[in-house]
Amino acid sequence: MSVQQALIDYSLRLADNANVLGHRFCEWSGKGPMLEEDLALSNLGLDLLGQARSFYSYAAELKGDGCTEDDLAFLRDANEYKNLLLVEMPNGDFAVTMLRHLLFSAYYLPFFVALSQSNDKTLAAIAAKAEREMAYHLRHSAEWVIRLGDGTEDSLKRMQDAIMVLWPYTGEMFESDEIDQQLVDAGVAIDPESLREQWHATINEVFQRAGLVEPESVWMQTGGRTGVHTEHLGFMLAEMQFLQRSYPGAEW
Amino acid sequence: MYTQALNDKDPSPAEDTIEDPVLAERFQSRIDQELRIEANDWMPAAYRRTLQRQIAQHAHSEVIGMQPEGNWLTRAPTLKRKAILLAKIQDEAGHGLYLYSAAETLGISREEMESQLLTGKARYSSIFNYPTLNWADMGAIGWLVDGAAIMNQVPLCRCSYGPYARAMVRVCKEESFHQRQGYDIMTQMAKGTAAQKAMAQDALNRTWWPSIMMFGPHDSDSSHSEQSMAWKIKRFSNDDLRQKFINATVPQAEYLGLTIPDPDLKFNEETGNWESGPIDWDEFKQVLAGNGPCNHLRLSTRQRAVAEGEWVREAAAAHAAKQSARATNKEEAA
Ligand SMILES: [Fe+2]
Ligand SMILES: [Fe+2]
Repeated sequence: MSVQQALIDYSLRLADNANVLGHRFCEWSGKGPMLEEDLALSNLGLDLLGQARSFYSYAAELKGDGCTEDDLAFLRDANEYKNLLLVEMPNGDFAVTMLRHLLFSAYYLPFFVALSQSNDKTLAAIAAKAEREMAYHLRHSAEWVIRLGDGTEDSLKRMQDAIMVLWPYTGEMFESDEIDQQLVDAGVAIDPESLREQWHATINEVFQRAGLVEPESVWMQTGGRTGVHTEHLGFMLAEMQFLQRSYPGAEW
Repeated sequence: MYTQALNDKDPSPAEDTIEDPVLAERFQSRIDQELRIEANDWMPAAYRRTLQRQIAQHAHSEVIGMQPEGNWLTRAPTLKRKAILLAKIQDEAGHGLYLYSAAETLGISREEMESQLLTGKARYSSIFNYPTLNWADMGAIGWLVDGAAIMNQVPLCRCSYGPYARAMVRVCKEESFHQRQGYDIMTQMAKGTAAQKAMAQDALNRTWWPSIMMFGPHDSDSSHSEQSMAWKIKRFSNDDLRQKFINATVPQAEYLGLTIPDPDLKFNEETGNWESGPIDWDEFKQVLAGNGPCNHLRLSTRQRAVAEGEWVREAAAAHAAKQSARATNKEEAA
């Protein structure tokens, strides 16, 4: 695989993660547990959509075939999407949404910190901006996980249930393949394994303050990075891509 | 988004017991001098009640108004449009928050206002009880609904009640951005494919009449207008604002190549006004009475969101209580 192709695939994975998770936050619009939180959930969604646009635009530029960010977001089918399974998991209740975001942002903050030093100037610039956003995402989701864990009996149970639902999707974040390796060697990408310790330390600390228990050993699900998704993604894309698919060639 | 003259009857005029005439006169003379009334100033009970009701209705409209656009958020056709729409809906939630705060300065709690909304006791703008059926509705709402809101709200920036006037200054800045993005969607649709142009016309057909009803009943049928004018809560009559809106909008529709769904619409050379055909006030009354196409959906969606968030709010309160108990224990131990 050429470095160019690896870079396209790498950018697309990052774009898909942000796009799919950003869409999940759009689903929350108007449904937050209080208006103030509606504003916060929209902020998270806006940051992610912005990141998605930056990474898709970069992938489109690298492809150089005249495609646009929207072609990449709206005209690729589920098997072409390369996001982590974690981000396509349904919102569930507020506990699931906040835990999903804690698991994600505890990984993505150190990831963007490292990526902002990438040899690839564009990725480094996107990461530098995203790093500041992700620091807020981590703080916000960690605060909620602590509140809910240390709240009522009901909220504690919901948090613990959310952990059971989502934990099997955390292993995939640390996988790497030929695309990662090739770009790690070139000083462009980040070795996912190098983030594991910091991620785990963050989760540990939050769980401890929340009174939550990490599952012992859990079988880890995988597949998103190679296009083998959960059943949920197809429905999300059917909704997301409806207009672009139904009216090909229209400008919006 | 939106204030609307809903023509409600004042619910408790009996509370207007005899007020100190000296205070009442001083109050009115401050208003006549265009001085602002602030939260701690003396004010007639009816002035307070009128504003409580108007600001709360306005806040509810912002919050319920998130739904018709939320309906298309997950189907937005480009990432840029999606981000703009998400930010717009977020702004409306923010407007709801400022307005609830402004109403709270008049001695009504947010909980009480929210419960009035959820139990169907409080009203919100009739416009949000119509469905959004195609993507061009996102354009029509921004262009016409936010546009009508701006006509209504710009004069409210000079409202006699300070906290409301100041909230409106902030809100109006954002509303004009909303209107521009809506018109931009309409422009794109109107110059697009035949299918897109048909969506744009369909959206205009459905949104036109409800949006001009947003200005409320004709002046001849509006029960509160005079008093609100004297108090400088209201600066222009419903019909004047409606006329201003129609005059501004007709050329915009022409520019888009879209037809306003009013066969009687005609230009009066003498007055320079675009005169509209008769408005279907029966429809307006039915929507206000709860019989619009989406009244039930809008309210039940809001009720469900609040109910589903109950455990979260309880947990947050329980955690806060535990935190402060821990802090107290620590202090005592020290
Ligand atoms: Fe608004
Ligand atoms: Fe608005």
